[in-house]
Amino acid sequence: MDLSGYRDPEIAKKLIEAIHSTATAPVKFMEVCGTHTVAIARNGLRDVMPEMITLLSGPGCPVCVTGNTDIDTAIEFARQPGVIVTTFGDIIKVPCSYSSLSREKADGRDVRIVYSPLDALDIAGRNPDNHVVFIGVGFETTVPIIASAIQEAARRGLENFSVFSAHKTVPAALGALVNDPDVAVGGFILPGHVSVIIGLEPYRFLAEEYGVPSVITGFEPIDVLQGVYMLAKQVAEGRAEVEIAYTRAVPPQGNPAAIAKIEEVFEPVDAEWRGIGVIPGTGLAIREKYSHYDAMVRIPVTPPEPVEIKGCQCGEVLRGITLPFECKLFGRGCTPEHPIGPCMVSSEGSCAAYYRYTDYGR
Amino acid sequence: MCLAIPAKITTLEANSMAEVDILGVSRHVSLDLVPEAKVGDFVLVHAGFAIQVVDEEYAEETLQILKDINLVDMEAELAGTGE
Ligand code: SF4
Repeated sequence: MDLSGYRDPEIAKKLIEAIHSTATAPVKFMEVCGTHTVAIARNGLRDVMPEMITLLSGPGCPVCVTGNTDIDTAIEFARQPGVIVTTFGDIIKVPCSYSSLSREKADGRDVRIVYSPLDALDIAGRNPDNHVVFIGVGFETTVPIIASAIQEAARRGLENFSVFSAHKTVPAALGALVNDPDVAVGGFILPGHVSVIIGLEPYRFLAEEYGVPSVITGFEPIDVLQGVYMLAKQVAEGRAEVEIAYTRAVPPQGNPAAIAKIEEVFEPVDAEWRGIGVIPGTGLAIREKYSHYDAMVRIPVTPPEPVEIKGCQCGEVLRGITLPFECKLFGRGCTPEHPIGPCMVSSEGSCAAYYRYTDYGR
Repeated sequence: MCLAIPAKITTLEANSMAEVDILGVSRHVSLDLVPEAKVGDFVLVHAGFAIQVVDEEYAEETLQILKDINLVDMEAELAGTGE
């Protein structure tokens, strides 16, 4: 599919002009997707905004918002004899209270990075004497995939595979941010690939209850600019709606087959977000019916008391209160090569995106 | 982490799997979440699964809107604000 049109500098110029002429009062727009954070930083979109518009990064990086207790728990799994821990690459370098999965791996524990949970099933198939735990971290984009993998494990009759579910759901977390007096968001740039799954409906309360304009958009420069323009337009016209700029991939109803999978395998529980605290109903536990694939049921572990990382302001960065370069450690002690907090570890973390693609704080 | 890339379905396989072409590279992905997808469709691929069928027509249409109609809109708006 030819998406080069979505990088067309002529269209970009037009949109930037339109944004400038539409923005008449100071407003803060927050993006809540790590892929947007990277797209904005890499394309220098913050620098082309009118003075009136501030672009903030919110809690959009699933790895960054994962609390220490969850990562400490993942490490406890890796320390159990006979257990192979599998996970996506982003999480393994994240420092938690006492260690990180990559340090455990260096110490000889069996920790493997997989591209897909289906790879974890194959590993389980090839290692019948081991138990394979998949560390599930991610938002709605990823959750139906894990649900499908659990059903596939059942279909294959795998006895030695389970999932530790540290997944989170996005909409209610945005509600928590709107309620936070320190944050003052004037509009949300909503995550395109979370919305591919959940559609438009779950965000409606943002507009209807809180009067906050929101636009679902994609990840090419034109997508992001179009999203910002639509937000600026809503603000200028005094409207608050949920709109879709990313129509090529996001139907209003999302992906009903994927939503049904999530509901079949998982049920909502409270979840702890780094920097935000516990948000009711934003976690996902594996339902009783699939408890055979729940790592916490199969291999119950208890992590030690969590310890926060000293001096790291990830929590404030994730709420858009502190910009990465305002952290004392940014670039001085904390870099992608030697990260101190998760926001610098993950390639989609705000600190890493600012460090890699901008001159701020240098 | 929520990155998903467009791929074109080239062959349907057993167990809801399919062969897809991602920028010239062939891969096997699961179609479990997009049971309606068929050969020739563009799908968004995330972690080994197709998660949505991409609407090519909309992709074209959006660009076209941005290229033409929006410009008129914007000019009308500019005129409206007296600039
Ligand atoms: S720069 Fe490093 S220490 Fe500071 S908030 Fe970001 S990750 Fe934490």
